[in-house]
Amino acid sequence: MSVESLFPRLEALLPKVQKPIQYVGGELNSTVKDWDEATVRWALMYPDAYEVGLPNQGVQILYEILNELPETLAERTYAVWPDLERLMRAEGVPQFTVDAHRPVRAFDVLGLSFSTELGYTNMLTALDLAGIPLSAADRGPDDPIVLAGGHAAFNPEPIADFIDAAVLGDGEQIAIAISEVIREWKAEGEPGGRDGVLLRLAETGGVYVPRFYDVEYLPDGRIKRVVPNRSGVPSRVFKHTVMDLDEWPYPKKPLVPLAETVHERFSVEIFRGCTRGCRFCQAGMITRPVRERSITTIGAMVDNGIRESGFSEVGLLSLSSADHSEIGDVAKGLADRYEGSNVSLSLPSTRVDAFNIDLANEFSRNGRRSGLTFAPEGGSERMRKVINKMVSEEDLIRTVTTAYSQGWRQVKLYFMCGLPTEEDVDVLGIADLARKVIQAGREATGSRDVRCTVSIGGFVPKPHTPFQWAAQADHETVDRRLRELRNALRNDKQYGKAIGMRYHDGKPSIVEGLLSRGDRRVGKIIRAVWEDGGRFDGWSEHFSYDRWMACAAEALDGEPVDVDWYTIREREEHEVLPWDHLDAGLDREWLWQDWQDAVNDVEVEDCRWTPCYDCGVCPTMGTEIQIGPTGRKLLPLTVVS
Amino acid sequence: MAQRLRVRYAKRGRLRFTSHRDISRAVERAVRRADIPVAFSAGFSPHPRISYAGAAPTGVASEAEYLEIAVTRPCRPQELRAALDASLPPGLDVLDVVEARAGSLADRLEGSLWEVRLPGADPAAAEGAVKEFMTAGEVAVERLTKKGMRNFDARGAVVSLTADQDDHVEGGPNQSCVILRMVVRHETPAVRPDDVLMGLRLVADFAPPSPPSVTRLAQGPLDASTGEPADPLEADRVGGDQ
Repeated sequence: MSVESLFPRLEALLPKVQKPIQYVGGELNSTVKDWDEATVRWALMYPDAYEVGLPNQGVQILYEILNELPETLAERTYAVWPDLERLMRAEGVPQFTVDAHRPVRAFDVLGLSFSTELGYTNMLTALDLAGIPLSAADRGPDDPIVLAGGHAAFNPEPIADFIDAAVLGDGEQIAIAISEVIREWKAEGEPGGRDGVLLRLAETGGVYVPRFYDVEYLPDGRIKRVVPNRSGVPSRVFKHTVMDLDEWPYPKKPLVPLAETVHERFSVEIFRGCTRGCRFCQAGMITRPVRERSITTIGAMVDNGIRESGFSEVGLLSLSSADHSEIGDVAKGLADRYEGSNVSLSLPSTRVDAFNIDLANEFSRNGRRSGLTFAPEGGSERMRKVINKMVSEEDLIRTVTTAYSQGWRQVKLYFMCGLPTEEDVDVLGIADLARKVIQAGREATGSRDVRCTVSIGGFVPKPHTPFQWAAQADHETVDRRLRELRNALRNDKQYGKAIGMRYHDGKPSIVEGLLSRGDRRVGKIIRAVWEDGGRFDGWSEHFSYDRWMACAAEALDGEPVDVDWYTIREREEHEVLPWDHLDAGLDREWLWQDWQDAVNDVEVEDCRWTPCYDCGVCPTMGTEIQIGPTGRKLLPLTVVS
Repeated sequence: MAQRLRVRYAKRGRLRFTSHRDISRAVERAVRRADIPVAFSAGFSPHPRISYAGAAPTGVASEAEYLEIAVTRPCRPQELRAALDASLPPGLDVLDVVEARAGSLADRLEGSLWEVRLPGADPAAAEGAVKEFMTAGEVAVERLTKKGMRNFDARGAVVSLTADQDDHVEGGPNQSCVILRMVVRHETPAVRPDDVLMGLRLVADFAPPSPPSVTRLAQGPLDASTGEPADPLEADRVGGDQ
């Protein structure tokens, strides 16, 4: 069955919408394969606006890998803005891919990458526009398998009603394996229909099919147990880990959009995983162990990426890039190679030490020294011990003194508010720290021309972290602490004018908390919010806290649970958590012990440099940390004019 | 700076939805991929010295867009044409490159020839509206600009305007398509094809049933004898060895 391009019908709508270029595709390095020559067809969706979704590395990597397979094709689709959604509904134009403008419902798989839970309502818009039933149970043989991945998929229970399957962890190898299962199932004449192929996927132990598991509840609302409801389905589903990143040097052909996007640069992931053990950080927990790309692969990927894309900025990505075992040589090598050219390098940095400034100095050889960013995360020494962010005030002051004295004029500091055990004094400590930073800067430079911006995010407890049992702070408390902090900074005659403060109110964090640690009962809320018009929840101009609360009250009516129960309630050690049957490799007892250590201000060391702290990932998964040194140096590859 | 090169390029098909900013980003990246030795401005944040003249609006296709690139060492125009074209996405197509030899390019872009296709429009009504419009002394229209609603005359800048019928249209013989051709002088405020369409609606209640598809066919110095824009790169070609 061939499918026709929807473009002629879409084209008539484009003159009436904002930024039509985001819907037309045709990006450099994009691929359109012959529909009839493929047997397995993937539509990959990043469920947010194109400008956010296009730069997403996960989607770009899978798009390229799947299109390299001979019998497989992959196209991309993004959330359409409400102006186009209205016109598509009026004209009956379904959700389309931007590559060949094929209808999403015609594909075999709709793969969604959820970096955040706030994309759930956008998934429902896309399903509905595509003509795919919202409930997985209502889908038939002509509907794609709706497959969730990304960090939020480590607890897919709130969207269990809407997805057919979920995959945890790195997508490269499992996407290929899934394609192969579907190809074989099709070649055999699709035995067992939809359930047949889902069962084959579930039996691998690497694909979670929610409807093959029953959730039983206790009278008080807690989960009693989660059990497979048919034979052959494993009781636990494991995450996927690509062990040798040098074998997967993607993206090789980075997508270069015509439309403006949030990241206008070529990004190279220099390692995956993180061993710092920050207790609030879900990414750091679920991506273990650390696997570094070698200095030679990084060098080759940067060179290739610039030539293929024409971007003038290169970002070296990871959860803590300065921790790469050979980052000094990487930085110097790249700075040497691109010295005098108009290629700039950036390193999202969070380490608070002088070494970080050396790196920043290397990377700013071609340009200006404007701002440096550090993330102490907690405002007081005690708070930083609770979250295991091992930065002392002395470290921070010494580091910013070096930065200011070497010509950097602006320091940005990231913090969180609403952390477990937090008290008002911990948040007010942010003001003290910022004052000391400015004081140090003025002394180091002898000038008043130094600035510090504190940026504060609301803490949301996440699954598979030591804080998964913690009570989230209510939004009134968060807002009050932020208000007091703002007043403290405003009223400071001596330093206040040199300190900027950025923050959001606490309400969106409550919704994020509900979706992060929710169970299957939360699905009804998501659906009700979407039916009431909820879209683009990650955008403050579209997000409505009141709508979420009203829909939650209605959807949970008659249940023994409510929003507070999901968010501001602390869990007991043995409570069955909605994601306990999904295995991120972390030992539950270790997580609990680390949670107890947090409450008692006990820190753990980084296992990259010190002995193992027994999180359980390596033995459970048969993996180990993969780091240098390789002893190689990065020599300039090409003479840049 | 060693040389300035003037480039004519087209914006075709679905890439007509690119905005001016989208195009400038795409060109900067293409220049880098093609290894063109573009000159950079001095200062705190250097940017490539590429300038654009008279860009067509978002959603409008064009066969005649112009830009100028300054390079640090001399380039052969034909080589630059091929390299830049290969590095731009299909739909942004480089048509012609000449070395700048004389005067300002922007000053030569006096007017544009536009083609406006109106699928499903009534040919007789279109012809009547064109006649009304051309005999009017002034047709005041309004358009929402960044500075708010602006009122201006859409008639004065129109040098010529004709309506024809295209019989070779997809969708069968009953699907008529009216083609407007207009030469419009570049003035301030700029009069665009959609302003002329609004004028046709105001003078004769002529409203096409579906969105117009607009293409700029040419822009350049207005030729007194033909009344149409001539090739603006001709002055650079004269005496040149291309």
